[in-house]
Amino acid sequence: MLSAAETDALTLSLSIAARSVLFNLPFAIAVAWLLTRTRFAGRTVFDAFVHLPLVLPPVVVGYLLLVLFGIRGPIGGWLYGHFGIQLAFTSTGAALATAVMSFPLVVRSIRISLEALDGGLEDAARTLGAAPLDRFVSITLPLITPGILAGVVTAFAAGLGEFGAVITFASNIPGETRTLPLALYTALQTPDGDSLAARLALISFSLGLAGLLVAESLSRALRARLGR
Amino acid sequence: MLAVQLTKRRGDFVLDMEFCAPTPGITALFGRSGCGKSTAIAVLAGLLSPDIGRVHVDDDVLVDTTRRIEVAAHERRVSVVFQDARLFPHLRVRANLEYGQKRVARHLPRPVRFDDVVELLGLATLLERRPHELSGGEKQRVALGRALLAQPRLLLLDEPLASLDAARREEVLPYLERLRDSFAIPMIYVSHQFDEVLRLASRVVLLDAGRTVADGDIATISRHPALRAIVGPDAVGAVVSGVVERVDPSGLVQLRIGDALLAVEFDGAVIGQRIQIQVLARDVIVATELPHALSVRNVVPARIVSIAPDAGRAVLVELDVGRTATLLARITARASEELQLARDMQAWVLIKAVSLRGHVFTAPAR
Repeated sequence: MLSAAETDALTLSLSIAARSVLFNLPFAIAVAWLLTRTRFAGRTVFDAFVHLPLVLPPVVVGYLLLVLFGIRGPIGGWLYGHFGIQLAFTSTGAALATAVMSFPLVVRSIRISLEALDGGLEDAARTLGAAPLDRFVSITLPLITPGILAGVVTAFAAGLGEFGAVITFASNIPGETRTLPLALYTALQTPDGDSLAARLALISFSLGLAGLLVAESLSRALRARLGR
Repeated sequence: MLAVQLTKRRGDFVLDMEFCAPTPGITALFGRSGCGKSTAIAVLAGLLSPDIGRVHVDDDVLVDTTRRIEVAAHERRVSVVFQDARLFPHLRVRANLEYGQKRVARHLPRPVRFDDVVELLGLATLLERRPHELSGGEKQRVALGRALLAQPRLLLLDEPLASLDAARREEVLPYLERLRDSFAIPMIYVSHQFDEVLRLASRVVLLDAGRTVADGDIATISRHPALRAIVGPDAVGAVVSGVVERVDPSGLVQLRIGDALLAVEFDGAVIGQRIQIQVLARDVIVATELPHALSVRNVVPARIVSIAPDAGRAVLVELDVGRTATLLARITARASEELQLARDMQAWVLIKAVSLRGHVFTAPAR
């Protein structure tokens, strides 16, 4: 049904989006927590910095990643020298670029949940003997799962379609970093690529729709469990 | 012994309270809303730090700012039952009940057992439910159980009935009474409903605008002028307790209070049982001669202790009954003049038995 190139692009998109969410999540939870529950100097600047990928052109993000994580960059050079890890022009690099782009979306979603959380429940847990980390794991985390889930789904869906940052940092290598949107773009650049482009567009469309439906039913199930 | 002395400033509001209470037993913290009761609870639970203060429960120091001691809330073993229950919505009733129990340090004794709490609070059929499937009264019962199972050395009840309607309150109150009588845990019961205090507490601390204005046993506090100011003239009434001497075939209970006998309506009284009643001042009639041919069941000799002006055109007469109890009577100033009432005068008090409702009161073990 699907050609080899189409299957490649599809699985690559799914894998890169999934890995980008895994990269994202621990940091996003930590940052959302810092931004809602703590007061520190430079918090506003930090907040703005976290949201930068939303307003910067994706190509700029890709360029900055290249500067920092390229083989000659300060972080990329260290990673390559010590562990032999190369990020630029690899699928892991594509996942990193995707993660950076969707990071503010995940933070925002988790943050809204944290802000809406009734602090009284955490107080109750305190009086029942729960130490801070215990409290976070046993009360806070389960209660913000709807927000985490929403963030994950949005980030995953947005990650399937990330273009600018990926092509700049990880390039357009078939089977390595050529995801659905990059394949679609390539098809449009080739003569006689119209039908391939249409098929890729249809795949993206179905993927997006399926994702939204799954997200909706998951969040309904969660809400029912929490009684809201 | 529970000893509390706290100062906490929050904006313009200053909480400055000090009281001692015997342990175990229920001490009521009573006052209008906004008098600082909830701030006091938050400080006692360790959710707020006092500016200055000392809190001792028996030999344990929970807070002593001069010695820089402030035990963290999660290590304090002071459980709270909040007005809004605060059950964890993602956990079933069983897991809610076990939440505190699981976190009790290994070396500590656990006198409160899960099965006992489930039985005492009637939770057996609720264990597998989720909090949103419970009624308001059921939620509070679960919250009580959860707090007890955390094996607290002090239990704080922050207006646990305030968010319930009258019927639900009547449903939960008996559980609170049982809890008081079954466990030797000192409790602080915050309320602005004097009838709850009357049913549950042995001691009362009166708070007004952040300050402790009086503290003592409930009989003394029931006649305290500061309480009159809080509850209003119609709700003023002395609290007296007596022992059931006999139960009439008609169901009326004869209560012995010193030399006097008082007929009270009370179901299921047992001879020898101690019963506490509040005699509302507006329900008491004062007579200077022994009247007869009246429907009134209680005509008791009394001695006038004091006469003080009260709200409106009334005076509040304090009367000694049976040489052990003091009653209050709210009568018009005019009546007092016509009868020429005066201190140390012998009189009779007339009280309708139907206006008296008794509460079984189990005095603390010590």
